[in-house]
Amino acid sequence: MVEKRGFGTIFMHAVLILGIAIVCFPIYLTFVGSTVTHYDIVRVPMPLVPGPHFIENYTNALTAGINVPVGRMLFNSLVMAAGIAVGKIAISILSAYAIVYFRFPFRMLGFWAIFMTLMLPVEVRIVPTYEVAASLGLLNSYTGLVLPLIASATATFLFRQFFLTVPDELVEAARVDGAGPLRFFKDILLPLSTTNIAALFVILFIYGWNQFLWPLLITTKPEMNTIVMGLKQMMPSADDYGNWPVTMATAILAILPPVAVVVFMQRLFVKGLVETEK
Amino acid sequence: MEKRVTFDNRLLPYLLLAPQLLVTIVFFFWPAGQALYQSLLLPDPFGLGARFVWFSNFEYLFNDRYYLQAFVTTAVFTFFVTLVSMTVALFFAVLADQVIKGAGVYKTLLIWPYAVAPAVAGVMWLFMFQPSIGVLAFYMKALGVNWNPVLDSTQAMTLVIAAAAWKQISYNFLFFLAGLQAIPKSLIEAAAIDGAGRWHRFRTIIFPLLSPTTFFLLVVNIVYAFFETFGVIHTMTAGGPGRSTTILVYKVFSDGFVGQDLGSSAAQSVILMVVVGLLTIIQFRFIERRVHY
Amino acid sequence: MATISIKNITKSYGKTEVIHGVSLDVADGEFIVIVGPSGCGKSTLLRMVAGLERITGGTIEIGGRVVNDLEPRERDIAMVFQNYALYPHMSVFDNMAYGLKIANKSKDEIRERVGKAARMLQLEPYLERKPRALSGGQRQRVAMGRALVRDPAVFLFDEPLSNLDAKLRVQMRLEIKEMQRSVETTALYVTHDQVEAMTLADRLVVMNGGVAEQIDTPMAVYDRPATRFVAGFIGSPAMNIMKGAASGREFTLEGGTTLPLGEAALSGEGRPVLFGVRPEHLRLVPDSEASIRLKVRAIETLGADTLAHGRFDGAGAEGGEFIARLPGKTKLAEGDLLPLAMDPGSIHLFDAESGKRI
Repeated sequence: MVEKRGFGTIFMHAVLILGIAIVCFPIYLTFVGSTVTHYDIVRVPMPLVPGPHFIENYTNALTAGINVPVGRMLFNSLVMAAGIAVGKIAISILSAYAIVYFRFPFRMLGFWAIFMTLMLPVEVRIVPTYEVAASLGLLNSYTGLVLPLIASATATFLFRQFFLTVPDELVEAARVDGAGPLRFFKDILLPLSTTNIAALFVILFIYGWNQFLWPLLITTKPEMNTIVMGLKQMMPSADDYGNWPVTMATAILAILPPVAVVVFMQRLFVKGLVETEK
Repeated sequence: MEKRVTFDNRLLPYLLLAPQLLVTIVFFFWPAGQALYQSLLLPDPFGLGARFVWFSNFEYLFNDRYYLQAFVTTAVFTFFVTLVSMTVALFFAVLADQVIKGAGVYKTLLIWPYAVAPAVAGVMWLFMFQPSIGVLAFYMKALGVNWNPVLDSTQAMTLVIAAAAWKQISYNFLFFLAGLQAIPKSLIEAAAIDGAGRWHRFRTIIFPLLSPTTFFLLVVNIVYAFFETFGVIHTMTAGGPGRSTTILVYKVFSDGFVGQDLGSSAAQSVILMVVVGLLTIIQFRFIERRVHY
Repeated sequence: MATISIKNITKSYGKTEVIHGVSLDVADGEFIVIVGPSGCGKSTLLRMVAGLERITGGTIEIGGRVVNDLEPRERDIAMVFQNYALYPHMSVFDNMAYGLKIANKSKDEIRERVGKAARMLQLEPYLERKPRALSGGQRQRVAMGRALVRDPAVFLFDEPLSNLDAKLRVQMRLEIKEMQRSVETTALYVTHDQVEAMTLADRLVVMNGGVAEQIDTPMAVYDRPATRFVAGFIGSPAMNIMKGAASGREFTLEGGTTLPLGEAALSGEGRPVLFGVRPEHLRLVPDSEASIRLKVRAIETLGADTLAHGRFDGAGAEGGEFIARLPGKTKLAEGDLLPLAMDPGSIHLFDAESGKRI
C-alpha cells in the first residue's frame, strides 16, 4: 500500500463520513418524521431532530395503522418473504440435483426451460401472469403472493455451480457405503450446502420482502397487504388528510427486517449477492 | 462441465425436477405464451371478443407518440440512474479502499440502504422533496428555487432519478470495493515508484483493471433501472406529470390495468421480453469472456 | 473374504474400447496390485469391480456370485479413494460409521466395530474431529478405517498413497500390508508406483493400453518380464534395451557390436530381436573380459550404488543410452571408458515385432 500523509487520511475520512451522512439522510429524516406529530410535519419546515412521540406513533401504526394495522402487514410480508425464500431454495436445490447428478432423456430440455426464466422479471409479463393467478383463484391468498415468484433460475444455477465443485469421489464413497440417491442428498449434499443455502436465503428474503408490484395486484383486501405496498396506500394525499408520522413509522418498520438481515448477516449477504450475480 | 459419476434411476430425476418445472410452466410459459397470443389480438370495445390482427398492435405501438416517448423517457432515466449511482459508488469505494482504519465500519454503513425497497425509497424521497411538506423542498424554495415536481417534468424526472440512483449506490459500492481490493497492491506500488501521482495512478492503472467490474455493473444497473424501479415511479409520480416519468415498465402496467388496453399491453410485454433477452445475452457473453481470461 | 474372478472384461466409452479383455483370478485373501502408467485402464478396471463403472463385456464374480448388474453396496466391497473422499461435515467417527448406519446396524455394534478399527489404526484420539483438522496420514487412516469397519469380502484401493509425501508413503505402505495380513481380506490395489506395487503385491497385474501384459508374482515379473513393456516398466532404473539381430549364440547390435548370448541362444539366423539387460546385472571387469566399453557421460552417486550413464560405440543410433548400476564405492569420472560384462543368465530377449519374451 502506498503510504499516505496524515492530512490526506484525515481528509478521506472526512469525505467518507460526509458521504455516509448524505446517503443515510433520507432514512434519518424518515426516522425523525416517525417521532413527531402530523402537525409538526405539515407546519413546514419540520424539525430535524427526533421528537418525543416515538412510542405513540409506533404503537399507533402497529395496532391501528391507516387501512389495516401495520402488525398485520408485517406478518404478511414475513410470510411472503420467507415463503419465497424457502420455496425457491427448495425447488431449485431439487432440480439442480436432478440436473447435475442424473442422466435422463430430456435433461437438457428441462435445463433450458428453467434457464429461460432468467430472462424475464415478473414486471415484464405482469398482465398475463396476473390473469393466470386470477384464473387459478389465487387472489388475496398467501399462495398467490408466493408461488408465482418462486420460478427463478438464479438459485438453480447457484446450486448447480456448487454441486459441480463437490468431488466425484464423495458420491462414489457414498455409493460404496450403500447410500442411494436420496440418502446421499440428505446426508451428504444438503449438509455441505448449508452456507450456500443460508446466503441464498438472505438474498431471497430481501427480494421477497421488497416486492411491490406483485402484491399490489394480487391483494385487493387490506388485510392481505404487505408492508412495502401498504406503505404507498398510507401516504397522505393531501396535507390535512392522513397521518405522516404513522406512515413514516411504517416506512421504518418496512426497512427494519431487511436492514437487520444485511447488517447482522453481512458476510452471508455479501456472499449471496456475489454468487447470485455470477 | 459434467459429473463423471451419476445415479441410475428412471423416475427420480423427473420427480425432483417436477416442482420447479411445474411452477415455471404455470407462471412463466403460460403467461409468456398468453402475452404473445394477446399481442396479436384486438379486443372489441365491450371486452366480449377479440379479433386476430397479426402485428397491428405492434404497428400501432411504433406509431404511437406516447410509446416512443416512453422509450426516450426510459433511456434518459436509465442513463442518469446508472451514471449517478455508479459514479458516486466508485468515488466512495476508492476512498474506502484507501483508508485502513474503519474500512469495515464504512462498508457496513454504506451497504445497508441496499435493503430498502425501491417503493420505500420513493416514499422516503417524496417525504423530503414533496413541495408542500418536504423539508428539503422548503429549504430549496427558501433559496429561491422554484421547486414543484408535481407540475415540472424536469424536476419530477430529477427526483425519481435521485431516489432510484440512491437505492442502487450500496450495491455498486459493494462490487466496486471488491473489485478494488482484488487489484494487486504491488501494481499500485510499482506505479508509485514509477512516479505516477494519485490521479494518474487511478486513471491509468486502477480504472482499466476495474473495467470488468464496471462493465458488469453497467449491465446490472441498466436492468435495474429498466425493470426494478417500478416502485419508485409508482410511489413518487405515478408516471406524471403529463407522461414525463412514464418508463416502459410503468406503461405496461398502466395500459394493462388502468387503461385496460390488453392487446397493446401484451405487445409491450413482448417487446420488453426481447429487450431483457438481449441484455441477458450480453451479460452471458461477458461472463464467458471473463472466465476465459 | 472371497475370491474374485474376472473373465474377459471389456470397457468402451461410446465407440472407443479402453479395456480389451482382461481376465484375472484372485484367490481368497490374496493381495493383488494392478500397476501401469496413467491411462492404461487400471483405475477403470478397479471401478468396474467396485460397480462404479458399467461393464461393457465379460463377467466379474465376487465370491462365486456374478456382480455385473449389482449396485456397489450389494457387492460386499469397501473402497479407499485417492483423495480419501471423507465426508467433510462428519466427524471421524461418523465417517467410519456411515456405511454401518445405512446398513441399519445397532448403535452398540457400530460403536464396537468403529472402536475396533480406530484402535487398530491408532485413530482413537481423533474420533470426534472433522477431517479438515487431521493430517494427510490421519485422513488416509480414516479412509482405511471406513473400509475396515464394514468387514467386506474385498478391499479396493485406488492409488491411496499418491497424495502423501514420500516418507509417509513408505510408512502407510507397511501399515496397509499389515492391516490386510491381519484381517486376511482379499485386496485389489491400483497404483502407478512400481515400488509400491513390488512391495505390496502377492501377485502383480501389469497393465498397458487396456491389456494385462503380465500377471505373476513380483519376483517372477522382475526375473522374467513377459513383454518388452513390462521389462521397461518394472525395475528402477529401467532395463537397458537395444535393437539388433540374434544369430545362434551371438547378438549383433545395429551399430555392429557383437554380444554373447550364452544360454539365451536362439535358433535361426539374423532374427530381429530386442536385447535387454538390467543396469544392476552389469559388472565392472578387467578390460580383456569386457563385452562392452561404456563411455561415461554422467554419474549419479546414490551412496549404496553409483549409476553410470553413458553410450558405447557400435551400439547403433537408438540403443546407445545405457545405464550401469555399480557398487557405491566404485571410483568413476566423466569421460571414463568402463569395461563391463553381463551374466549370460540375466539377458532378456524380446521379439522385435510383438515385444513378447523369447
